[in-house]
Amino acid sequence: MTQSLDRLKESPSQTAGPYVHIGLTPNFCGIGGVYATDLGATMVNDKTKGERIGLRIRVLDGTGTPLKDALIEIWQADADGLYNSPAELRGAADPNFFGWGRCPTDMDTGVCAFETIKPGRVPFRDGRLMAPHITLWMVARGINLGLHTRLYFSDEEEANAGDPILARIEHRVRVPTLIAERQGDTYVFDVHLQGEKETVFFDS
Amino acid sequence: MPAESGSNRRPETGAFFQRDRTWHPPALTPGYKSSVLRSPQKALLSFDNTLSEIAGPVFGHAMLGEFDADLIHNFARPGESAIGERIIVHGRVLDERGIGVPGVLLEFWQANAGGRYRHNRDGYLAPLDPNFGGCGRTITGEDGFYAFRTVKPGPYPWPNGPNDWRPAHIHFSVFGHGFAQRLITQMYFEGDPLIWKCPIVRGIADKAAIEALTAVLDTQATIPMDALAYKFDIVLRGRRSSLFENRLEGN
Repeated sequence: MTQSLDRLKESPSQTAGPYVHIGLTPNFCGIGGVYATDLGATMVNDKTKGERIGLRIRVLDGTGTPLKDALIEIWQADADGLYNSPAELRGAADPNFFGWGRCPTDMDTGVCAFETIKPGRVPFRDGRLMAPHITLWMVARGINLGLHTRLYFSDEEEANAGDPILARIEHRVRVPTLIAERQGDTYVFDVHLQGEKETVFFDS
Repeated sequence: MPAESGSNRRPETGAFFQRDRTWHPPALTPGYKSSVLRSPQKALLSFDNTLSEIAGPVFGHAMLGEFDADLIHNFARPGESAIGERIIVHGRVLDERGIGVPGVLLEFWQANAGGRYRHNRDGYLAPLDPNFGGCGRTITGEDGFYAFRTVKPGPYPWPNGPNDWRPAHIHFSVFGHGFAQRLITQMYFEGDPLIWKCPIVRGIADKAAIEALTAVLDTQATIPMDALAYKFDIVLRGRRSSLFENRLEGN
């Protein structure tokens, strides 16, 4: 016999269900007076450094129908590519940018609208710079384990071409599923959960 | 929001252990009908965590209000309280190495004692409780412990099969220290016969994994003449030591 690794198993995931708003955005679904504001609703203030951008994100099911009961969280670096996190050892991130936001899909249109800043570049494990990107995590009724992907930017063609994660995508026709299209100051991004245009989701 | 101020712990920066996706429910669980059109069909893209997954937001205790962890009172009119079985839910957030995880934001939501959610899409005929909202949150302490007070939620019917009922459950949302630890799950109650009939629960293949989501009655933590207690531990992904991470050499 040998020693045991003595590890625990991660708690298994379960769907967030159709009433996820009650817990994560109570003011959004009419439960007022418990929390002053919904967490993650505002990402920038007057002092936040960087280029202001909007994100307009939808999540579509296998028939192309937008989900109206999904919830998206985004996580990103500041304008200089620094994360506001204890794991960030390269310097202090912008104190006026927390880097995390949360938005439920609109109950009529299915759109999540974020106001944020364009992130700077963050190094890959080997030190090469990754292209600017925002990490997306989404949950909904019918999704058993939160889905993880990234949003890259259509006006960063050169950086995208050298990005070590995008380079890992074997079927190159799928790369555009991770690139949001710039329209003025807003980037438009549709997440397709399944089918021909299925977004590349990550296991990382 | 520095959550570890006052702590003597060094921040950990290693990559997280790989997720065991045979332990979690798969994306497609046809018995749970909503998963059929909402499950990716192509393989996931695998890669070792980069800083984007290793880093994550950490929330400070200062954001919490006085009654955030008391669902019996946080929506109730002054002097009143929610109707139902008064319970305390407590436990520890650990990682797969068995280490308590401090500074973890836990958010929870649930139906009232009759199985009715305070949500405009819930049309179940069981009435709302005017003194119950159904949301709460807390942040784990230095050793990963947490506790909150609520009423035990009731089971409720849902439009899946013609006669499907969810077991009594509380939804949990958990942030670790890295965004790759992000997790949403559900807590069930010991002895509930609906657990083993539920298509959402049965999306999990391993009986031991289902048991890991089932809170145990904890009479030691019960407050006599006041509230019963259930213990529910949550385990997040563990992580490698950052000392030998190749990331440190490349820069």
